[in-house]
Amino acid sequence: MSAALSLENVWVEYGDKIVLERINLDIDEGAFVSVVGPSGAGKSSLLKLVLGQAAPSRGKITLDGAPLKAECTPERGVVFQRYSVFSHLTVLGNTIFGLECEAAPIAGRLFGLKRKAAVERATEMLQAVGLGDALNLYPAQMSGGMQQRLAIAQALIKRPRILLLDEPFGALDPGIRADMHALITKLWREYSLTILMVTHDIQEAFSLGTRVLTLDKSRVDPHAPNRFGATVVYDLSLDRKIAREAELAGQQVDKTQSGVEELTSLPPESSITIDTICNK
Amino acid sequence: MSWLTSRDWAAGFRGNKVLLGLLPILALLILYLIVAADRNAINPAEKITPMPSAMLEAMWTLVFEKDQLSGRYLFWSDTLASLQRLGLGLGISTLTALVVGLLLGVLPTFRATFGMTVTSIAVIPPIALLPILFIVFGLGETAKVALIVVGIAPFMVRDLAAYIGDLPREQIVKAQTLGASTWQLMLRFALPQAMPRLIQALRLSLGPAWVFLISAEAIASDIGLGYRIFLVRRYLAMDVILPYVLWIAILAALIDWLLAESSRRLYPWAHGSEH
Repeated sequence: MSAALSLENVWVEYGDKIVLERINLDIDEGAFVSVVGPSGAGKSSLLKLVLGQAAPSRGKITLDGAPLKAECTPERGVVFQRYSVFSHLTVLGNTIFGLECEAAPIAGRLFGLKRKAAVERATEMLQAVGLGDALNLYPAQMSGGMQQRLAIAQALIKRPRILLLDEPFGALDPGIRADMHALITKLWREYSLTILMVTHDIQEAFSLGTRVLTLDKSRVDPHAPNRFGATVVYDLSLDRKIAREAELAGQQVDKTQSGVEELTSLPPESSITIDTICNK
Repeated sequence: MSWLTSRDWAAGFRGNKVLLGLLPILALLILYLIVAADRNAINPAEKITPMPSAMLEAMWTLVFEKDQLSGRYLFWSDTLASLQRLGLGLGISTLTALVVGLLLGVLPTFRATFGMTVTSIAVIPPIALLPILFIVFGLGETAKVALIVVGIAPFMVRDLAAYIGDLPREQIVKAQTLGASTWQLMLRFALPQAMPRLIQALRLSLGPAWVFLISAEAIASDIGLGYRIFLVRRYLAMDVILPYVLWIAILAALIDWLLAESSRRLYPWAHGSEH
């Protein structure tokens, strides 16, 4: 598998304060990467980097081999914990927003046949996330879980190269959270998404991800807490899961008869490898 | 709507709530009538607290009879002139607030350049500017409309700019990842989000707007509700002043209600889940 997103020796520094240091990452196409770590370990900073909200002070980030611009562009979809949907638009309006921005640079809206086509695409997307019956509701009329479903649909309709999730299920009830886990796994498989998810919930990180990154400070100077930044201290590749996914995908591919080699070339044995290169 | 009551309670008593709200007003009216009747019994030439019959009589001439000097129905001409000034003032202020507030709220460069100017203008007491307005625009309509605009537009601009500036950053990022340009961000996100707030700011500005209107009319005018009140004050004509004040109150309440209702109709999403 090719690396979709690469970070090469990336640092984030604000003056003397070092937030992230020596981040070297290759995120494969189709990977579901969970990022965990204590508060203040730069999880959000990492997400902001990939999102383009912030630029690295050193190092290079590339998406599909091209340098990543430090601005938010449609190659990257995002779902935040809160405020991810527009309160003034209905479910349908929220979902076609991305299509309208692309197709109507001046008016910002679509009319007639084009709108009809966009609505059709959006409806399909909304059915995939289980909001097919809620097309004309406003976010204020929906539960937190439904709002996050909408946020996911809204992001996915742009077919982003990488989907960024910033504690997307953190504010939800446990039952709803389980439903959302099932949903995001389903979407990840169906749409062959590449996902980078920041979470506080370690169980969630392992149950959803194919790879779990732990960010923390590898060195600490008690007299100058900002002297050293956080880096990737654990990089766990959940091979058993990857293999199972490949198997699942293989079964699907058998049915559809396409692109088998790449997926079946993975090692069949299941194990967890711990990358200790960056550890201490 | 009150947070103290459950929704069922509110729904069941909605009709009664209006009646409940009218009770204190009714009590005040009755109190006035008692005092007025009392004073009129002692002195039939009493002017300060006229009985309703006296008010009706005085108003009858203004409402239904042409003024011999100007050939106008004074009450209606006054109302029309005042509403026209108020409407123009509110309209210009709203438009200014929308354009300037949006730009200030969305574009950091614009905010850095003009933010301080707007704040400086906003802290000047508008009435202190009235002489300047009279000198610059003359004593005509322009100065009166300008006073209303100078009086309320800075508040509305600042309120709207602050509101837009405080919109969740996540939503702006989200819009950008969905491909929105700065223009689209303004048109499809900031503008619609700003509208209900703008209407709310306008409603809050209604009170000050009336103050500035009446002030301007009192100082230099030959027609208008404020002008009439200040004119007849010379004759202690409470039988005209009180109905005029009541009329102004009714007009103000009506405008406020219309704005609230249009906001609820046009922007149901901004008014909770009770659509």
